[in-house]
Amino acid sequence: MAELGAGSLLTGDPAFNYQEHELNERLKRLYPAVNEEETPLPRSWSPKDKYSYIGLSQNNLRVHYKGHGKNHKDAASVRAIHPIPAACGIYYFEVKIVSKGRDGYMGIGLSAQGVNMNRLPGWDKHSYGYHGDDGHSFCSSGTGQPYGPTFTTGDVIGCCVNLINNTCFYTKNGQSLGVAFTDLPPNLYPTVGLQTPGEIVDANFGQQPFVFDIEDYMSEWRAKIHSMIARFPIGERLGDWQAVLQNMVSSYLVHHGYCATAMAFASATETMIQEDQTSIKNRQSIQKLVLAGRVGEAIDATQQLYPGLLEHNPNLLFMLKCRQFVEMVNGTDSEVRCFSVRSPKSQDSYLGSPNLSPRHGATNAHLHNTGADSPTCSNGVTPTNKNKSHNKYTGVSSASSSPSSSPSSVNYSESNSTDSTKSQPHSATSNQETSDSEMEIEAEHYSNGVTESSTRIMNGTYKHQEILQADDSSVGNGVADDSCSSRQLCGGNQAATERMIQFGRELQALSEQLCRQYGKNATHKKMLQSLRICPNSLHSCWLWVRPPSACS
Amino acid sequence: MMACLLEAPLRISVLSEVTATSRHYVDRLFDPDPQNVLQGVIDMKNAVIGNNRQKANLIVLGAVPRLLYLLQQSSSSLELRTECAVVLGSLAMGTENNIKSLVDCHIIPALLQGLLCSDLIFIEACLRCLRTVFISPVTPVQLLYTDPTVIPHLMSLLSRSQHTQEYITQIFAHCCKTPEHQTVLFNHGAIQNIAPLLISPSFKVRMQALKCFSVLAYENAQVSMTLVNVLVDGEQLSQVFVRMMQRDKPIEMQLTAAKCLTYMCRAGAIRTDDNCIVLKTLPCLVRMCSKERLLEERVEGAETLAYLMEPDIELQRIASVTDHLVSMLADYFKYPSSVSAITDIKRLDHDLKHAHELRQAAFKLYASLGSNDEDIRKKITETENMMDRIVSGLSESSIKVRLAAVRCLHSLSRSVQQLRTSFHDHAVWKPLMKLLQNAPDEVLVMASSTLCNLLLEFSPSKEPILESGVIELLCSLTQSDSPALRVNGIWALMNMAFQADQKVKVEIVRALGTEQLFRLLSDPDTNVLMKTLGLLRNLLSTRPHIDQVMSSHGKQIMQAVTLILEGEHSIEVKEQTLCILANIADGNTAKELIMTNDDMLQKIKYYMGHSNVKLQLAATFCISNLIWNEEDGSQERQDKLRDMGFVDILHKLTQASDPNLCDRAKTAMQQYLA
Repeated sequence: MAELGAGSLLTGDPAFNYQEHELNERLKRLYPAVNEEETPLPRSWSPKDKYSYIGLSQNNLRVHYKGHGKNHKDAASVRAIHPIPAACGIYYFEVKIVSKGRDGYMGIGLSAQGVNMNRLPGWDKHSYGYHGDDGHSFCSSGTGQPYGPTFTTGDVIGCCVNLINNTCFYTKNGQSLGVAFTDLPPNLYPTVGLQTPGEIVDANFGQQPFVFDIEDYMSEWRAKIHSMIARFPIGERLGDWQAVLQNMVSSYLVHHGYCATAMAFASATETMIQEDQTSIKNRQSIQKLVLAGRVGEAIDATQQLYPGLLEHNPNLLFMLKCRQFVEMVNGTDSEVRCFSVRSPKSQDSYLGSPNLSPRHGATNAHLHNTGADSPTCSNGVTPTNKNKSHNKYTGVSSASSSPSSSPSSVNYSESNSTDSTKSQPHSATSNQETSDSEMEIEAEHYSNGVTESSTRIMNGTYKHQEILQADDSSVGNGVADDSCSSRQLCGGNQAATERMIQFGRELQALSEQLCRQYGKNATHKKMLQSLRICPNSLHSCWLWVRPPSACS
Repeated sequence: MMACLLEAPLRISVLSEVTATSRHYVDRLFDPDPQNVLQGVIDMKNAVIGNNRQKANLIVLGAVPRLLYLLQQSSSSLELRTECAVVLGSLAMGTENNIKSLVDCHIIPALLQGLLCSDLIFIEACLRCLRTVFISPVTPVQLLYTDPTVIPHLMSLLSRSQHTQEYITQIFAHCCKTPEHQTVLFNHGAIQNIAPLLISPSFKVRMQALKCFSVLAYENAQVSMTLVNVLVDGEQLSQVFVRMMQRDKPIEMQLTAAKCLTYMCRAGAIRTDDNCIVLKTLPCLVRMCSKERLLEERVEGAETLAYLMEPDIELQRIASVTDHLVSMLADYFKYPSSVSAITDIKRLDHDLKHAHELRQAAFKLYASLGSNDEDIRKKITETENMMDRIVSGLSESSIKVRLAAVRCLHSLSRSVQQLRTSFHDHAVWKPLMKLLQNAPDEVLVMASSTLCNLLLEFSPSKEPILESGVIELLCSLTQSDSPALRVNGIWALMNMAFQADQKVKVEIVRALGTEQLFRLLSDPDTNVLMKTLGLLRNLLSTRPHIDQVMSSHGKQIMQAVTLILEGEHSIEVKEQTLCILANIADGNTAKELIMTNDDMLQKIKYYMGHSNVKLQLAATFCISNLIWNEEDGSQERQDKLRDMGFVDILHKLTQASDPNLCDRAKTAMQQYLA
């Protein structure tokens, strides 16, 4: 209430009007591409989107801590009133530490909407922060990384979000401290968090001149992009431009596998398509395998269709295997799918068809709309190979008392068992919409034992999953957490888990081998760390992921 | 003139291969019809463009003297003279051998003479050729300064056109290599004449003008001080440089502007806490070290940054947290990278060429970063493989890298913690000792200075170094002509003698020789004197050592002490000497050397009443040792000193305002009371 009063008092104040005017001018100059009617810029902290221990004053620019500050459970954050619009290109704000209070546990950073405000920025998913007490950066994690110097009373800390390459760097008293975060998600809010009594910080969203010369940084990027455009090689001859544009459209279509459209475009423009049609289809099927999380099959398919490709790109293979590991953990990948029997519900469905055999697809497909054909599909892609591996794992799985009969139909239907009814209409509509893709149309005819059918289904389901994920994130963190806890590691199957751990070790070995051959690779290391694969931590990882429900 | 082209047999062999067409071009220069000559020169111009073989052929065939002759003849038409200058300029664009031949044919004076002509086109052609010749590394720079009228004339030509501006500033930028050159250019108004060019519409002119300022200001206080007061179009020069460092400007311009400001700052013309240094120059130079920059730019950026912050701890602290500089520098050691080795021969060649430069630049910058702040040193030693890199840098073939590596090591060796940990773990003393054998003075100074730190009492490397026979080496350093080496040698010995075994002390005295020891006590360099006194003081500690040293060298030492106390020396030197005396007074037998020397006692008495507290304290300490109760003969000494009036002085000193002195005097007085 006091804040409101202060605000209304100040509107008549010429100093305030001047500041308001200067803010408008500066924001217009810094972010000329932003249309504030659609995507307003952050101009103050949000009096609503904050934890109760946070107090705001001075037109919602000053933040002070008013909790007990006993421990980290008393941490409190506040978000800016609006997220950073993507059209900014490069966004910047500064925070001045008015007082470090008792312990100076202050965090400055970014967070997505819905992230818990009873925390310092950086501790949770989609939350990023730089902390004053230790100078560490926190990238969605409770443990920080050494990043920069500590900061305290009198310091001005800046935070710059580069939406061109999705990175973030901080500044201290006008000095750039270097990149702190990469791969940032969109729609982040400027955020500050405080934790002990007496901590007070002032934000500058453009009300005052910035200490760091952000316009200079922006000018560098502008020049960089201008020169990139200027130096783009275009022939001098008449018609070259047209050829470039046509090539751009055509290569886009070919790249994404829109085969029919690409052909139509080629004949309309009297141009040629470089790539063979079957190759396009092959690529598309591999892509779909990857998108569906069936990375192991994608690797096999690639090795068969493009021999030597992965051998020549060991880093790519490594990345795929990392992804495969992730899919194994959530039970999607075929290496573990064959083991898994997860919930009573899905077990029922097997019991209902105990006589299923690997080559039998039709009834299966009939019973479980989506998942049924997936094994046959993989057979279609790599006939001999795949069978073998499936058999092998089937053996293992039966030894571990899994009642599943066929290695095939199992997992896919399962992981989406609750969604199966929903997913079908999706796939149907998607077929109609993207009818230029011949494979998907063919799929209607060959419902079993044919490669295309499975890819269609995978495609449909995939889309569905994607929609689900989008829902999760929009609903917020809490919901996402819930859905996580109902998921089980490798489908909750012991043998599959062992296989997963085994695979993790293989992955580690592959990384070490690559390291020996090509030297250290920071990206690999990072990937492995994000998977937490190291021989010792595998079990802890398992326990960590394993939800309480699995124990019952 | 023809002799010069036949001087080498090589040229004769080339001559035989020369094609008839080349000869034809030269022959036409001798045509009696001036119109044919002109056409011949024009045809020659078109023939040599971009054709190095043709250029070499024509030079071998003697075209240059003829062209120069035509260029200088006042009877030649202006057009012909201009075309001659153009062809010569084209020939200069070829190989370094071409330039050598041109310079041998005295092209420079001829072209400089040509500048006196009034025709602008001709002047520009001459300047263009001169520019090409002067920027070549094979041309002696001094040729620009031999005729004193040349520089003022060039200054006057600056106003003629953008081309004259570009060529002349480029010549200046390349030919200003010494303080004398700077002074010549400065005295002829280089600053006033070139400053307006910084806002020229031509980028090339701006760039060359900027380069001129960077070479003029380098380690030159006079130029730097003048520069800060220069206004360009109403704007301060430093602000013009700041604008040139904006991040959307070409890298070359940013880097050169940063150099200008760095040099002005180091020369004292700009404060180190000025925003244009802290917020502009330093970040700009850090950016130059990033992976995105070319290898050459990274080398220059790192070297300039190292130079900028060398004397200023605050800048070091700021740089150490800017853009992850410390870890960014680790990348300098990764050339040639394993990728470049297999994929691209050209790249490998490029990397190899710059690998040494990169490494030495990184070492320099690390040295500068870590020269004062303990936290930064820690950060540096914790950088991946840093100590290993230094150790291997110490034995690299390139002397530049070795020097930079030892500088870096020296900087880090100022840390007690590092001496105790990483220095010992990596046995850095081994390569260091190796480096000290037959190294050039430059390296020797740094290496011996580092050794001083490694010999500090708490350094775990002290023992192994002692065993490696370092004493002889250090003693030989004390005989060097270079004061810096003498200081380091005696300093290291001093550190070594601190709390050392009797064996080590005896070895030091034996290896150094008393003669050399006393020679060092009269060294003209105060630092050497101070460290020698320090060595004496360390030798004369603990009673048995004192008595032993004094029994063998007592006479000379007392003599030296007398000389120093009587001579014109600083307070520090005298204090150190009185401390030695106090140590002597602590010996059992050595005391007598003082007690029997009335003259010395008078001196002590004098210093007890000196106006400087430090000297009073040291002298009182000495007396206190002499009258100490529990020792043999203390009664006699007390009596003698009372008779000499010391008790009265001590009594007076108990009233001294300095608490230390007061305490010391009281303790001494108690000896009498007991």
